[in-house]
Amino acid sequence: MNLFRILTPIRSAPRARDRLHLLLDHERRLVTRTDLIAILREEIFAVVGRHGCVDPNLVQVREVRGTAVSTVMVDIKIPIRRGAIASANSARRGAPPAGSERRQ
Amino acid sequence: MGKVIVVTSGKGGVGKTTSTAALGAALARRGNNVVVVDFDIGLRNLDLVMGAERRVVFDLINVIQGQVNLAQALVRDRHLETLYLLPASQTRDKDALTEDGIARVISDLREVFDWVICDSPAGIERGATLAMRFADEAVIVANPEVSSVRDSDRIVGMLDSKTLKAEAGERLKKHLLIARFDPARASRGEMLGIVDVLDILSIPLLGIIPESEEVLRASNLGAPVTVCGRDSAPSRAYFAAAGRLAGECVEVTIPRHNRGLLTKLFGRRAA
Repeated sequence: MNLFRILTPIRSAPRARDRLHLLLDHERRLVTRTDLIAILREEIFAVVGRHGCVDPNLVQVREVRGTAVSTVMVDIKIPIRRGAIASANSARRGAPPAGSERRQ
Repeated sequence: MGKVIVVTSGKGGVGKTTSTAALGAALARRGNNVVVVDFDIGLRNLDLVMGAERRVVFDLINVIQGQVNLAQALVRDRHLETLYLLPASQTRDKDALTEDGIARVISDLREVFDWVICDSPAGIERGATLAMRFADEAVIVANPEVSSVRDSDRIVGMLDSKTLKAEAGERLKKHLLIARFDPARASRGEMLGIVDVLDILSIPLLGIIPESEEVLRASNLGAPVTVCGRDSAPSRAYFAAAGRLAGECVEVTIPRHNRGLLTKLFGRRAA
């Protein structure tokens, strides 16, 4: 029998506290992140949708969490339509400048 | 207009029903008109804890579906004239709860009672979300134990997102009621302390209910502990919590374990 174990009280509460801190820190981030990404994705789709047909699979929203600041990265791939560019170029020649066809 | 309180926890068996009955009776003893509403459809127990099980004729679902009116379903407490129970249905499915129906019932109860205390079922499903939906304030019952604290944290998130108040951009007031606290084990470092739980959950403390044989005795007898064990430690703690809920400034005292000299020198138990 371990004499040290008999003489030293078993303090399990500090372990419980540390485990909870670690777990809840993770779970709170998870819930917040899920909600934020879902909201942003929906709103970005709505905005992009106003400017023509964009495949939702080509819109990527990612979040990189740091200790103090998180970064949300949005990557929208817009397929180049040859006809659209040609007509835009000819329009631009007539009335420059008219903006870009490809935004990222 | 009465105030609607949801007593919730996420985890089962932490003392929601006991606390609903005890707080309801304590508020009624203060002279308020109180109704306790059981939302645990299919597993009702508030009637049993209050000793009203043999007088239940109609229930919440009957009222929601318009088969009877509120007055027919309300059961008056045996001990307190201003305390009423609206029981849950034992035979129906929780899908019988509708948001519109509950909105109507809660609105009617607000007109008549000073306090409408909703006993939430365990879990985060329909019954629990509907029990908290119309609440003005929430009492979160937690035990100083890891799974209970974790589930309470989840419930806090739901209260801040799924209630009408939260959706309207208002902040729902939350109170933490720590039940089944064992001062002896906490002092030996075998149980999470009050400060630990408060630090983790960050909710204002409504009260600390010490672990006591009186709670089981009251449930055996079919009366809230604030009715049949009035001088006991849990009863006093519930009365103090009811006072705080009513807006009184009652100091919270953490129950302490008084150790004798012999216990200090030789006494210890395994964790």
